[in-house]
Amino acid sequence: MGNLSNFESSRIPSSHLQQQIDATGKADVEIAINGKKLTVPYGTSILNATRLVGVKIPTLCSHDDLCVVGVCRLCLVEVEGQKTLQAACAYPITASINIRTHTTKVRKARRHVLDLMLRNHYGECYACRRNHKCQLQDRAKEHGVDFFRFGHIKEKRFEEDLSSYAVVRDPDKCVLCYRCVRTCIDMQEVGVLEFINRGFETQVSTFMNKPLAEVICVNCGQCINRCPTGALRANDPSDKVWRAIEDPEKHVIMQTAPAPRACIGEEFGLEAGHSLTRELNTAIRMIGFDQVFDTNFAADLTIMEESAELLTRLKDALVEGKDIPLPMITSCSPGWVKFCEHFYPDQLDHLSTCKSPQQMFGALLKTYYAEKSGINPANIVTVALMPCSAKKFECNRPEMQDSGHKDVDYGLTTREMAQMIKECGIHLPDLDREDFDHPLGLGSGAGLIFGATGGVMEAAIRTAYEIVTGREVPFEGLNVTPVRGMEGIREASILIENPVEEWKFLAGVELKVAIAHGTANAKKIMELVKAGKADYHFIEIMACPGGCLGGGGAPIPTNDEIRRKRAEALYKEDASLEVRKSHENAEIDQIYEEFLGEPLGERSHRLLHTHYTPRGKRIGD
Amino acid sequence: MTERKGPILFRPYTAFSGMRKAFEMGNAKVLATVKDAGLRGRGGAGFPTAMKWKFALDDISKDHQDYSKDRFIICNADEGEPGTFKDRVLLEEQLGLLLEGMLIAGYTIRASTGIIFLRGEYNYMWDQIKGTILRWRAEGMLGENLDGKGFDFDIHIRMGAGAYVCGEETALIESMEGYRGEPRNRPPFPVNAGFNKRPTVVNNVETLCQLPHILNEGADWFKKIGTEESTGSKLLSISGDCSKPGVYEVPFGVTIQAVLELAGAVGIKAVQVGGASGICLSAHEFDRTICFEDVPTGGSIIIFNTTRNMREVLVNFLGFFMEESCGQCTPCRYGTECLLDGILQLSRGECSDEYLSELLDLSDSMAIASKCGLGQSVANPFRSIIERFRGEIYHG
Repeated sequence: MGNLSNFESSRIPSSHLQQQIDATGKADVEIAINGKKLTVPYGTSILNATRLVGVKIPTLCSHDDLCVVGVCRLCLVEVEGQKTLQAACAYPITASINIRTHTTKVRKARRHVLDLMLRNHYGECYACRRNHKCQLQDRAKEHGVDFFRFGHIKEKRFEEDLSSYAVVRDPDKCVLCYRCVRTCIDMQEVGVLEFINRGFETQVSTFMNKPLAEVICVNCGQCINRCPTGALRANDPSDKVWRAIEDPEKHVIMQTAPAPRACIGEEFGLEAGHSLTRELNTAIRMIGFDQVFDTNFAADLTIMEESAELLTRLKDALVEGKDIPLPMITSCSPGWVKFCEHFYPDQLDHLSTCKSPQQMFGALLKTYYAEKSGINPANIVTVALMPCSAKKFECNRPEMQDSGHKDVDYGLTTREMAQMIKECGIHLPDLDREDFDHPLGLGSGAGLIFGATGGVMEAAIRTAYEIVTGREVPFEGLNVTPVRGMEGIREASILIENPVEEWKFLAGVELKVAIAHGTANAKKIMELVKAGKADYHFIEIMACPGGCLGGGGAPIPTNDEIRRKRAEALYKEDASLEVRKSHENAEIDQIYEEFLGEPLGERSHRLLHTHYTPRGKRIGD
Repeated sequence: MTERKGPILFRPYTAFSGMRKAFEMGNAKVLATVKDAGLRGRGGAGFPTAMKWKFALDDISKDHQDYSKDRFIICNADEGEPGTFKDRVLLEEQLGLLLEGMLIAGYTIRASTGIIFLRGEYNYMWDQIKGTILRWRAEGMLGENLDGKGFDFDIHIRMGAGAYVCGEETALIESMEGYRGEPRNRPPFPVNAGFNKRPTVVNNVETLCQLPHILNEGADWFKKIGTEESTGSKLLSISGDCSKPGVYEVPFGVTIQAVLELAGAVGIKAVQVGGASGICLSAHEFDRTICFEDVPTGGSIIIFNTTRNMREVLVNFLGFFMEESCGQCTPCRYGTECLLDGILQLSRGECSDEYLSELLDLSDSMAIASKCGLGQSVANPFRSIIERFRGEIYHG
């Protein structure tokens, strides 16, 4: 039966809201639910127990990824002998109890709770991003709400916060379920969002009630993925994208990242785990984009540059004896980069100087591609389809203009892309499958698995190991399984034996790597790095749980099971590809030959590498 | 019945005698005596004190490094119920009794740390309390090996910041840990996972002050005062339309009428017993008695004469709750505002009879659906005032 208690579901047991139940050595408990007897492990929540008898109690504040708070009071049930109703999510079963899940008292109280939420929930469903994807709406429907028992708010109480490139907050739609707060504080350990004020004036806000752009928000957007209503959303640039598409002067190019392709089917009603990569190419052309390229190409390029950078750092450190910052840490995840800039501003030299694939691609589109196709880069509009809200901030970084223009004009999330497709009356899963445009349209399996936690590491190992030894990685089917999985922090090592002449100094060296996903796990690793106790050579860090496939721009809902299925889809697609190593991508060879020269060469350095800003935690003073 | 100085809390007393008696008896016997005396929590809920202690004492499941350093006795001095000011008198006049009570409680549950959670508005008492603690430490009344058998005990003060809800014990603990004062889910209860997730007993000031006397005089003596299920005396804070407002100690079981006479109140139409979260009684019920079996109170008695408008009283209480709700759970955060809005609609002639019934229904739901006692008790004044003064509620 496994552990049915979600009282320990929080990754970080730091939450003051969470109460742990110690179940060690405790016998199972016999209970009755609506008269039906069953036995559950000590400490099981009523909510999980009722699922065993086929009852799905309505919830709102409860979320599989988060610790328990028990504040929405929708999941109320009657426990015999108790004067008050109990929140099923927050009640650990520690004694033999009789539970009733839909007595008149229960139904009336739940309905009243809903009626109160609806009284204070400003706006109309059909004028909301989350229409048909809203849990408040779902609950209202389930409970047959057909009028506003206690009226309905007619005036806005709050201002929308549109300050951030990544995340928009609309407090009028907030039901104060604490999910975003728990996400930000407990899950991501960023701590930007908290409750302010008291009583009826309570709202979710930031320290000193500042706009999101002026606090240490890392733009990961995990709060959006967990918001049950439309109170949080990504900052959507699709109107501007539409304008560009309709402008005959503009040459509009789309690049699609691997994670959105593996997830977007969910927006069209498919189960998680169905990649629609090539159907998406068709849709993007139907919408009116001029070209569609594969971000995996740029991911391969990242691997070429990053492997070269890692090996150079190793050489400098081990042979030249230079004081080179090791471990080197990946820089593909813009949420992680900003997290590092805020929380570890003195550790930025550990970050690889490589731009993320999105930004490398943008810089090449407005230089190499423009030159090759004879289009004025000023007329090129580059759009990136990403699973990510932080990418929106990244493309607006002032330093990301190495092509002489804004390298990437707009970042679209998976959800926004699905919206554009639906607006055109296209049902994505029905489309024919089309290939990417070329060049810049070929991506290897290594680039593809960037979408899952551990993917960048695996891709880098596939390439670096081969550069150093001249042989393929010693794993069956190139699957570097030790770096895969959903553990928050993973470690692996690989012994370098019989290296080629140039890398002789690495003979016998055990290359140590670590992978962390979610900024809370990043923090754990970084504390080691800061203390000089991290004896790794290379670390992959992704801001979002699960990596890009769990990104803040991914379809809603999200949970562990969904993230696993998305990862499976990526690994399955990788295994099916002919080219699975970045350095074997023919188009990569071509671009180095025609344009870039060599990894870490002068042009690469100018277009593909960047620097970081030590931001710290005090902003705007 | 004497005024103010009642049968227990203000009787003559030799300093440290209760504490010495406790050391003589040993903690098992202290527990048995308090249980026998039937002492119940004076904060209003009336939970049996000995039972609460026993739960904490029995919690040895955790891997405690040092058994006693891992448990706490907290004095709830966050007296915030509207119309309550009796703990203030105890803190000012009977501080020694309180500290000794904490020491006895700590000795019984084998805690070595006592913490006074002092209401924010009582910060003027800080110097006095701190000074007494320092003196006790200097005199060896606090510190190490107090009983000669290895019992260590010290007392600290933590300040509240003015939130009413922090009188609720789990919100109080959250506040002490440095978080927003918001009640926790229970179970687990503070006796198993309280301050710093360790076994914690939270007792009211008045409860703790009873202890030295109970040990000195014995359970039988204590039980003679009060009623069968509500033994001992109760401090009342009497305010409102009377000539002699103030703090009075009365035995449990006293009638409302007797209390009114004590306070010199005439021409009275309503008494709010138990503060904003208590219930309202009208003149024909003044023969009812103050005790846990009949009308319980944490101490607040607010008296209204015939010149008072009960709708205004209700609006005042609801406004208080709307502001003082911690805001975390839906029924309390939105329900208080919804009830208040309804009554204001009524005063504008915009509320129908049907809607008022809906609101009464809502208040009943709040009583069973809210996360903590604050939201659960809003129905008390709402229903009791509307039921007894419907005419006034409608017509002002």
